[in-house]
Amino acid sequence: MVDQEVATKSPVLRGYRRPDGTFGVRNHLLILSSVVCANRATEMIAQAVPGAVAVTHQHGCSVIGPDMEMVRRTLAGTGKNPNCGAVLVLGLGCETIDAPGLAEEIATTGKPVDYVSIQEVGGTARAIEVGIEKARNMAEMLAAMEREPFSWDKLIFGTECGGSDTTSGLASNPVVGVAADLVVQHGGTAILSETPEIIGAEHLLAKRGRTPELSQAILDLIREVENRYLSMGVDFRGGNPSPGNIAGGLTTLEEKSLGAIHKGGTTPVNEVIGYACRPTQRGLVLMDTPGNDVESMTGMAAGGCQIMAFTTGRGTPTGNPICPVIKVTGNPETWNRMGGDMDLNASTIITGTETIEEVGARLFQLIVEVVNGRLTKAESLGHREFGITRLGMSL
Amino acid sequence: MAVRKFIIMDPKDNVATAITSLHKGEAVELAGGKSLVLKDDIVFGHKFALCDIAAGEEVIKYGQPIGRATQPIPVGAHVHVHNVEGQRGRGDRVESLPHPGAVSSQGHGCCCG
Repeated sequence: MVDQEVATKSPVLRGYRRPDGTFGVRNHLLILSSVVCANRATEMIAQAVPGAVAVTHQHGCSVIGPDMEMVRRTLAGTGKNPNCGAVLVLGLGCETIDAPGLAEEIATTGKPVDYVSIQEVGGTARAIEVGIEKARNMAEMLAAMEREPFSWDKLIFGTECGGSDTTSGLASNPVVGVAADLVVQHGGTAILSETPEIIGAEHLLAKRGRTPELSQAILDLIREVENRYLSMGVDFRGGNPSPGNIAGGLTTLEEKSLGAIHKGGTTPVNEVIGYACRPTQRGLVLMDTPGNDVESMTGMAAGGCQIMAFTTGRGTPTGNPICPVIKVTGNPETWNRMGGDMDLNASTIITGTETIEEVGARLFQLIVEVVNGRLTKAESLGHREFGITRLGMSL
Repeated sequence: MAVRKFIIMDPKDNVATAITSLHKGEAVELAGGKSLVLKDDIVFGHKFALCDIAAGEEVIKYGQPIGRATQPIPVGAHVHVHNVEGQRGRGDRVESLPHPGAVSSQGHGCCCG
């Protein structure tokens, strides 16, 4: 239940209305490759059209079963994300994840979608030519759109941590937790992700399941994921915690996890969803993603997340092609050395001049500003990393 | 106000995290008028022991176990990968999975359809 008193005092959010009732906090023209073979054409079209953003990747073919479903869901979800106002899909013509099928799936949102298949139009050069013309028409239409107010229940806020050190658990993750609680309190949705970084802290998270079934689902998910990794027969350490995590003072996966779950704040967990799936509940939702930052953010964006906060101790610059990513550091040295990549200084908690609640309130204010159009450092630097997680082998 | 040198996250913790770089031989003041002398240099962000921790004993931070000591850790010593190991994600120790068959073919949880 949203506290009505809080809801009436909620800061105004303004975004771009989509035909399916969702709202974008950005108005991107997405040029989306359905398969690695179409990457070049995708990039050339995006370069030629003002405001276009290219999403290219290594996938789209030689995948089967759950892996194929996950790649398809991720690509379709990326196109469906409300931050994309129109989508042009580029395909080859003989791939597993075909451009017409992908375009059709994205078009269920009602937004303008079109596709070009390289084999069908007669080669890369021709596909670029045809694609540029289609994309220009879309760009002209998008440029005329204006922002309008939208309600908090339409906002999905993603949380991520990367390049963690001990300041992540002491300062920046709790700050994001405060902001996640505020987002939920105003009626929005917050996503906690990175399943491997819950291992060792799942008993605490499971206590917060909205129902006994959800508590069990959290425990089952962690067990399944841990088993999947254990089946590789190696110690996680070195991979997770990473060498940088260890240099930054994190000793074990359990320690990292106990710090990482602070990003999810304190509200009940209302849903557990798969990678790149769209939440059906509001409030706090757990999405099963890997600890790899780019793959995790790609999954959340494909699930419809419009804005993210990303905590880092060591300092990492990565962003997302369609979502603004707010960088928060709790490490005073990183704030001084890599301030050009950071949006919010949470190291005042470490130095003792601000409380977690005070910095959390500043982050919440920044979330509102970024929703309403302020660029993040990752956006102004042009960070657009994209990577889909994999389950099995390529064929 | 004196600059804080370390943080203890929970009263149950047997380690503290340095929030400024500390030096071997330095005395740090604890609550209740107690103090301890550091046995190693402790770099910013790293942990030191608040009491003697026996080999095999749990290391506690955030009031929760973060691993076990692999050797006796005296009070004031650096606590890190050289004397602590995690108990989770230890595929190197696994002879058979704790829950055979628990790995689903679906991967990555539910599908939203």
